[in-house]
Amino acid sequence: MNDESERRDTIVRYSAGDRTNHWVVAICFLLLALSGLALFHPAMFWLSNLFGGGTWTRILHPFIGVVMFVAFILLSMRVWSDNRMSERDWQWLKQWREVIGNREENVPEAGRYNGGQKLLFFVLVLCMLGLLVSGFVIWRPYFAPYFPVGLARLAATLHAICAFAMICAIIIHVYAGIWVKGSVSAMTRGTVTPGWAWKHHRAWFRDMIRRGP
Amino acid sequence: MALQSLDIIRRSATTTPTPQVRAPATTEVAKLIDVSKCIGCKACQVACMEWNDLRDEVGTNVGAYQNPHDLTENSWTLMRFAEYENPKGDLEWLIRKDGCMHCADPGCLKACPSPGAIVQYANGIVDFHEENCIGCGYCISGCPFDVPRLSKRDNKVYKCTLCSDRVAVGLEPACVKACPTGAIVFGTKGDMKDHAEERIADLKSRGFDQAGLYDPEGVGGTHVMYVLHHADKPEIYCDLPANPRISPMVRLWKGATKPLALGVMALTALAGFLHYIRVGRNETHASDEAAAQREMEKAHE
Repeated sequence: MNDESERRDTIVRYSAGDRTNHWVVAICFLLLALSGLALFHPAMFWLSNLFGGGTWTRILHPFIGVVMFVAFILLSMRVWSDNRMSERDWQWLKQWREVIGNREENVPEAGRYNGGQKLLFFVLVLCMLGLLVSGFVIWRPYFAPYFPVGLARLAATLHAICAFAMICAIIIHVYAGIWVKGSVSAMTRGTVTPGWAWKHHRAWFRDMIRRGP
Repeated sequence: MALQSLDIIRRSATTTPTPQVRAPATTEVAKLIDVSKCIGCKACQVACMEWNDLRDEVGTNVGAYQNPHDLTENSWTLMRFAEYENPKGDLEWLIRKDGCMHCADPGCLKACPSPGAIVQYANGIVDFHEENCIGCGYCISGCPFDVPRLSKRDNKVYKCTLCSDRVAVGLEPACVKACPTGAIVFGTKGDMKDHAEERIADLKSRGFDQAGLYDPEGVGGTHVMYVLHHADKPEIYCDLPANPRISPMVRLWKGATKPLALGVMALTALAGFLHYIRVGRNETHASDEAAAQREMEKAHE
């Protein structure tokens, strides 16, 4: 009886397809961040042991990168329409102090995604594109020989900068999931409670109940 | 400590001191290439192949003496032939023996992410230890002279070693030994500069006013130096860079960015942790669930 009512009272936020897609990107990201950091700073080179040594790290990293990019493109097609910035989202961002202070009463209500999530989404889109393009330019032995050395230098720097921005953005993304209770299970079970939806994404919640079960 | 040089002053991707207990009495070495004495016989190329057991592919003739056409993983030195028309309208055949310059401030070593794949000995020689090479090619981006070459067979990078194996036992590099005109000489860097002075004075007395030494400061000086008859125009010697230096892009990528970026990433994570223990989690309360229930009931009425 209790199980029954719990199931009835939840709202589906992510389908099995959404969740699979998200976690493919997430696993690729984790592998890429670890292998990329190994090649970025000597203090992190030991991480290359996780991949079978420096040479294997160098070989695997770009292939995983391509998988992540393709998976991210599919994921972004799923969520693109829900990530359009509106006036309400900019106002949400302006009130970031209240948001991180857990005082959300006067913060504009959010749709399926809030201003911060939308900002993260577009940062990721830019970083992914920057990483893909610069990654091909420095991908040895296959593609790098076709580009002049000046471009390879620029690409290596751009790759490092985009990766840095993306790792910071993902740290924030992961932390937000830990901080806002109920978010992780949204991406593992696919469901949220009505209270969670009402509190964090009220406009989306109202949309959902208007459409009905 | 068998077979260790113990005189490594710099090691790629290494932040702690390198084994450098031995300080060679000879200090820094240098190879001096007197371009004005070179006759383009390629004995140096052959000697390099022989000593290092390298055989390049037999290429095709494109109507010039230069063969192979470029440095490769199997050709660590190459005579580059330039046909230069001087302002008087005369032809000058400028032949430059190209190869690693063994920079005092090596861009390859700076760019390398693999610990110990590139080292610099106290005598100034920059050497690749291919066992540690991971084949990323960052050294190729780091080099201001376009020298390292990635092997198509094993994806390791190769270049001139300045015959570090010969120099270590008191011999001169193979190319120096083979040169029939004395255009390539080898010794301490100080001696080589003195010798270059004499050669430059001689060239000036013969009408080459702009004769000079090529030991570019932008890379801290090199351990392969040229005597050029036209030191004011190094580019005419098959694009020898006039002011080589590690690209600012590489400095940015491999310089301050590395510790700074790592620090900011760690701080971002730390900020999250501090937020969690100071401000605390954002939870959904019974009042939120109740508010949601009220709205849902209203909608279903």
